[in-house]
Formats: sequence, structure tokens, C-alpha cells
Amino acid sequence: MGLILEAKHILKVYENGVVANRDVGIQVEENTIHAVVGENGAGKTTLMKIIFGIEQAQEGEILFKGEKVQIRSPHDAIQIGIGMVHQHLMLAPDLTVAENMVLGNEPLRARLFLDNDKAGQITRRVSEEYGLPVPADKKTKDLPIGVRQRVEILKALFRNAELLILDEPTSVLTPQETEVLFKTLKNLKGQGKTIIFISHKLQEVKQIADRVTIMRDARVIDTRDAGELSEHDIAELMVGREISFERIAEPTSLGPPMLTVRDLSYVNDEAILVLNRFSFDVRAGEILGLAGVVGNGQTELVRIITGLLEPSEGEVALRGETLIGLSPRAIREKGLCHIPEDRMDDGVAEEATLEENFILDRYYKPGFSKGMRLLWKNISQHSRELVEKFNILAQSTKTPVSALSGGNIQKVVVARELSADPEVIIAAHPTRGIDVGSEEMVHRLLKEARDRGKAVFLVSADLDEILKLSTRVIVIYNGEIVAHFQDMSEITAEDLGPYMLGVQREEAVNGKVSA
Amino acid sequence: MEKFLLKYFTLIRVIIAIIIGIVISVFLIYLVSEEPAFSLRSFLLGPFLTRSRLAHVFETASPIIFCGLAIAVAFQAKQFNVGAEGSLYLGAVVATAFGVSTNMPAFIHIPLVLLVGGLAGAAWSFIPGILKARWNASELVSSLMLNYVAFFLGLYLINFHFRDKEAGFLVSYQLPETAWLPQFIPDTRIHYGIILAIVAAVLVYYFMYHTTTGYEIRCTGFNERFARFGGINVFKVIILCQVILGFLSGFGGTTEIMGIHRRFVWQSSPGYGWDGVIVAIIGRNHPLLIIPAAFFLSYMRVGGRVLNLMSDVPAEMITVIQSIIILLITAEAFLSQWKYRITLRQAELGGAA
Repeated sequence: MGLILEAKHILKVYENGVVANRDVGIQVEENTIHAVVGENGAGKTTLMKIIFGIEQAQEGEILFKGEKVQIRSPHDAIQIGIGMVHQHLMLAPDLTVAENMVLGNEPLRARLFLDNDKAGQITRRVSEEYGLPVPADKKTKDLPIGVRQRVEILKALFRNAELLILDEPTSVLTPQETEVLFKTLKNLKGQGKTIIFISHKLQEVKQIADRVTIMRDARVIDTRDAGELSEHDIAELMVGREISFERIAEPTSLGPPMLTVRDLSYVNDEAILVLNRFSFDVRAGEILGLAGVVGNGQTELVRIITGLLEPSEGEVALRGETLIGLSPRAIREKGLCHIPEDRMDDGVAEEATLEENFILDRYYKPGFSKGMRLLWKNISQHSRELVEKFNILAQSTKTPVSALSGGNIQKVVVARELSADPEVIIAAHPTRGIDVGSEEMVHRLLKEARDRGKAVFLVSADLDEILKLSTRVIVIYNGEIVAHFQDMSEITAEDLGPYMLGVQREEAVNGKVSA
Repeated sequence: MEKFLLKYFTLIRVIIAIIIGIVISVFLIYLVSEEPAFSLRSFLLGPFLTRSRLAHVFETASPIIFCGLAIAVAFQAKQFNVGAEGSLYLGAVVATAFGVSTNMPAFIHIPLVLLVGGLAGAAWSFIPGILKARWNASELVSSLMLNYVAFFLGLYLINFHFRDKEAGFLVSYQLPETAWLPQFIPDTRIHYGIILAIVAAVLVYYFMYHTTTGYEIRCTGFNERFARFGGINVFKVIILCQVILGFLSGFGGTTEIMGIHRRFVWQSSPGYGWDGVIVAIIGRNHPLLIIPAAFFLSYMRVGGRVLNLMSDVPAEMITVIQSIIILLITAEAFLSQWKYRITLRQAELGGAA
């Protein structure tokens, strides 16, 4: 088998001086599934963006089917037969599947109007050809994420992609959806396509990939047959040191309920019932995991608890004192902290320095300011301590956060939130898109907080994380609690999946499951 | 050497932009002038050649500094309020009205008239602030529209209620001497306004970078969601920064009236508010950088006036030349490729980033 893609000596330095790819080379054989793994900031996504023409390399060359090619834009990439499915799907939510499929290549009526019938036909034809069923007439925003991803894949195939790049495709999927995706990918391989697959999840890599390229610190460390490597080997090559994979031990004593949520409902601007009479407690000394496919009401739930959104009905209380109607600051003052799901939007100010990011919730407190005056000396001192304690890789505390890698940015957020010495910790997807090393650290910190008698509410779409950390688990589907697991010793990801997908639900008194 | 270039990149870029701007000006002046050498000299050196022209640079700089600071405070919170012109105008009108109607000793009258000017400007700027904070109305549009309202409202007040009918021009009554800002360099009109402007720049710098409220304003500008997330009262910040904008502009306009004209004379909008936008951009919204930026712009304006008076270059072409130079300076991406290549080499030399 020949090489479909070869990249040689790729050098990419971003404008802020970050070297993302240093003498990177990759060889992808035709008709294989090739995984690219590495910690965040290792340069995987950058490499893919260069291959797809979103970024330009300063040095190096790319050969496609043995010929040297210049890929200056995604348009060029598509022309020669490269397709990419991004981590954050790029479909127009208000258009139908068929409209999304033909976007940019629209069949026209009277040279002006979109021919909807033809678009539907095209969609069904491509869909059948590759055995990937999609509802052509539905708006993409109404589809589950797994199906939306399938639309993106079809879209690339419709544009005659022979090489398909998938950037962390499973990070948003349930185990069942992941299975379906893998079947799809194997199918495509059977039809002669080549797939590059970026992932953090080593189990998946083992399961599906033929070859594995491991990146670290902007370089390629090694490329080998997947069969030659164990998950453990890959992890150590990625991190460059030994790491542990143990489940975290159970706590011994549970305290009183710290955070109580009762009959919480939320109707959004579009009159959709996003949360339906949601009730649970988080007790001191436990980690309550909330499992669920992203977009089933978790975001709204967390924003309501932390005072960023007003509920339509219901009660949220900390140690019996209500939090409803309080400002985010008043809620923080009561001892609640929040690791937000979207670190770039809520968690940090990118242009601001580490120091300015650290003091967000405390700049007005004694020690950080006196009257109106900010005590920069103390702030710098405090920041250096946090950088040290949380092992944040940064040139100095006066560096803008934008110069840090994803994992380190998340550490900045975690450092600020946990150093506030909270009683209740709300952690929403605390390790999404960060590397194994940082993930290990965040997990250890949450566990330590739990052992110190804090109440931790962990929202995550990553079932391994939920299973690894939680004392108890509740499952959310369509704004309701559909299952509650007290005993963690016997459940697996496969047990949770059907609940997350709404296929199955626990029956309880008056039709409501609560925790 | 390259490290040095990187560190002072912005400064170097501005200097190169000015040089290119001047080269283009030379070309344009050669094109339209019969006596290009003389014209060029008038434009570039004119402002330095006589005492009164040099003084003029200082006089013009002070309201521009005030307006630049005003705009910078709002821009740092990412509030694109361009209402400095309206607040400056209306602040000056109200301060004039107050000044001519009251009588008190100078040591109270001066600060009180200044304060009234500032407060009137602040009150005016509160309108786009509250519209934005409460109803999310674009402050860019509302402040722009309110500039016209301020202008015609001000004209009405002056022409119909405070007009000095004996003056022979459309001007207000003269301020009583107790409300004059003293001119402190003989034979020039340089007045205490310039000192107040520089003090204001230092105060605004301290406020923005060393106080809790300044931090709140900057945080809101960095990322509004982040500020909200951390418990900052964004509603308050949005209003506050626009009120500060109005205060500084109104105050600045009032110094000009009290220090130079001693009566309200603006029958057309003086344009300092717009110059404020320009210097805020050139000075990267940094209060201390606004001072040199304002002096530069003031020099350009005075040079333009000298050129207009002394040479055969038409006023239109002068505006074109000025605009080209300003355009080059404000173009952020200008020379960014060059910076990029240096960054690249440095990164290669420096090993892993």
C-alpha cells in the first residue's frame, strides 16, 4: 500500500511566539485508520489544520499521493480530496441536513434558487452509498450530536474526500454513539477511504486505529502499528513519564447535605422546557456525578446554581440558605466555586495576565486591595504561589493567558476556583480537551477536596471521568433525572449509556427520579 | 538587536508609519503646489517656527488629551461610545451658562464651573450608558446620534438664551474674570488646561491600573462573560465608564472655553471629540500614551493650519494628507509580517516555547 499523505519537516510558529509544530513529519498509508494522539498543546490540531489549509506552515512540505501540494485554504484541501470534521461541528443549525450537505455546491433552479428536491436526492444518494442514514429534511439543530457528526462526515464524502480527518470526534458522544461512529469508520475504510483520527482516549485508539502517531511538545515522538503498543505504552509516550490509572478510593464518611436543589425548572426564551423539576442533594464529603450527553440541560442547571441564570421555578440552597435571586458574587461569598464548562468564554480573560485572571473573585478582599487601591505586590506574590502549587507552565505571572496551552489555561481556572476555599465545588467538564497530565492533577485535586469534606458536583460527558471520581451518579436526559446509581462498584459505562440516550429510565414515585 | 526590535515594535512601527506618511505628503504636495519646498517646510516645521504656533500646539493638545482619555476609558471596557464630542460641547455650553449667571471669588468659581462642565458632560453620556446597560442599545449608534442632539441643543441654548447681542458675532456673554482659567506663559494663550490634562492622564492611569474599579472596567473589556462569571457588576461598569467618558470630555471642553475664548464661541462642532477617538487608538487606550499621541495630532493640526495660511496647498489636500498619516499609524496589522518573522527567528533560537 502506498502513502496517501506525507508531511515533512513541518514548522509552525504562531504569531505569539508559540511553536506548535517543530520538524514534524507524518506518513499516512492509504486505506488505514491512523490515530494521532498527544497531550493538549502537543500540536496535533495544528498539524491537522495545516494539512487542511486552515493554517500555513512556515517550513516543510506536504505530499498527497506522492505529489507535492500547496494547500493554502480548506478549499484547496477539498479540491484534492481531503475532508475534515472539526471538534466543534461546523453546520448551520437552522438549515436542514440536505441544505447543509450542499452548502457551497448548491444545485440551483433557474440559476438562482436552491433546488430543495435535488438537494434531498443528493443527500439520500450519498447517504445510501456509504450506508450512513440521516434525516434529510430535518434541521440540524434538532438532531442529536452523533447524527450531526454523521452529516459532517457525509458532507466531506459528498465532496469526494479520500482522506478524512476527524478532530476528537468522540469527545461529545455517548459510548453507544461512539460504537456507531467506529462502525462507520471501519465501513469507510472498507470502501477504500483513509482516516486520520485525533483522540485523547487511548482505549478508542487501541480499538480502532491501525497506526498511531504520538506527539509531544510540538514534535512527533513515534509512529507505530497500534498492535505493538498497549494503552499504557501510548500514555507514557504521550506524557513522557509514568502515570497511574487507578480508580480513586471511596470516601469513608458522608456529611450533611450542603447543596440542595429542589424542583428546579427552567423554560428558555424559545419556550422549551430545558429543566423539568430537577431535585438532588450534594453532601459534604462526596462527589456527585451528573452524567449525560451534552445539551440535555446541564449547562442551564450549572448556570442557575451559580447565579448566572434565573430559574423559572424551584429552589437552590447552600447549607439551607437560598441562593435564588443572589448575585454571582453573593453566591461565591457563601462558599461556592465554579469551574465553568467553557473555559475560554467564562473561565478566563485571554488578553489579561495570569495575575488579573487569578484575582477575579477576590480583588476587592483585604490582602488584595486596600480601599480602592489594588495591592499589586501581594497579588503577584499570591499568583506566584498559585502557579507553583498548581504546577502551571507559564513564563511569568504577567504573561497573558492566551500564551498558555489548553491544559495550563484550565489549571489557571482550577487554581483560582479551588484556592477560594469553597464548601461546594461545581465542576463542569473540568478536564474536557486537556491532556492526561493536567487531567490527572484536576482529578487528584477534586478528590482531595472531597476528602477534606467538601461537596463536589461533577458534571461531565466523559463517562470514564464520572465513573472514576463519583461517589454517586445521576443521569440527566432531556432536562430530567432518569437514573440514580448509589452503588458505584458494579456499574460500567455501558450501563449508563441507555439512560443518557433516553432509551431507558428508572421509574419512581410520581414519575420523578430524584437524588 | 531583534529582541530590542520586538520589545519596541509598536514604537518603531509608528515611526516608520510617520516616515511613510511624510513621503506620501511630499509627493502630494509636489503634485499640487507651485512652491513645494516652502509648502513642505510650512507643514512640517511651521508649528515650531514661531512662538505663537508652538504655543498653539500646546493649546490644541489639551482638549484632545481630555477627549482621548475619555474615549480610552470607555474603549477599555469595550464600550464603543464615541460621544466625547457631544459631551464636550454640551458640557462647555452648560458650564458657560452657569459661569455667566453666577458671581463668586475665583478660587471657588473656577473649580465650580469646571465641575459643572464635567457633570453636564457626564449626565449627557449617562444616556447611552443606561440605554446599553438596560436595553442593550448599541452605544455606538446612540452616542453618535446624541452628538447631533447635543450640538443643536447647545446652539439653541447659546443663541437664544445666552447670546451676547453686543458682540457682533454669534457668541455667548463673556465669562466673568473670576471664571477665567489663567494663561501662564506671556504672549501665548497656553493656560492651565494643559496642566490639568496631564494631571488627568496620570489620574486616569492610576485609576485604570491600580484601583478595584479600574480593574472591573478592564475585566469587562477583556471578556464580559468572564467579568459576570466572577461576580463583577457589569451593569454598573457599562454605565460608569460612559459617565466617566462624559465627565472628562465635558471638563476638557470647559477648560478650552475658560482658558482661551472666555465665552462660548463654537458655532460649529470643534471636532476634539473625534480627535480623541484618533488619539485613543494611536495611544492603544493607554492613558499615558495618549499624551504624546495628542501632541502629535495637535502638531499635525497646527501644521495643517500653517500650510493653509502660508501656502497655495488647498485645504482639502491638507485634510487628505493628515488623514493618510493617521491612517498609517492606526493600521494595526502594518508591518505585522515583519514582526512575525522576527518572532519566528527568536522562537527558533530560543528553543521550545
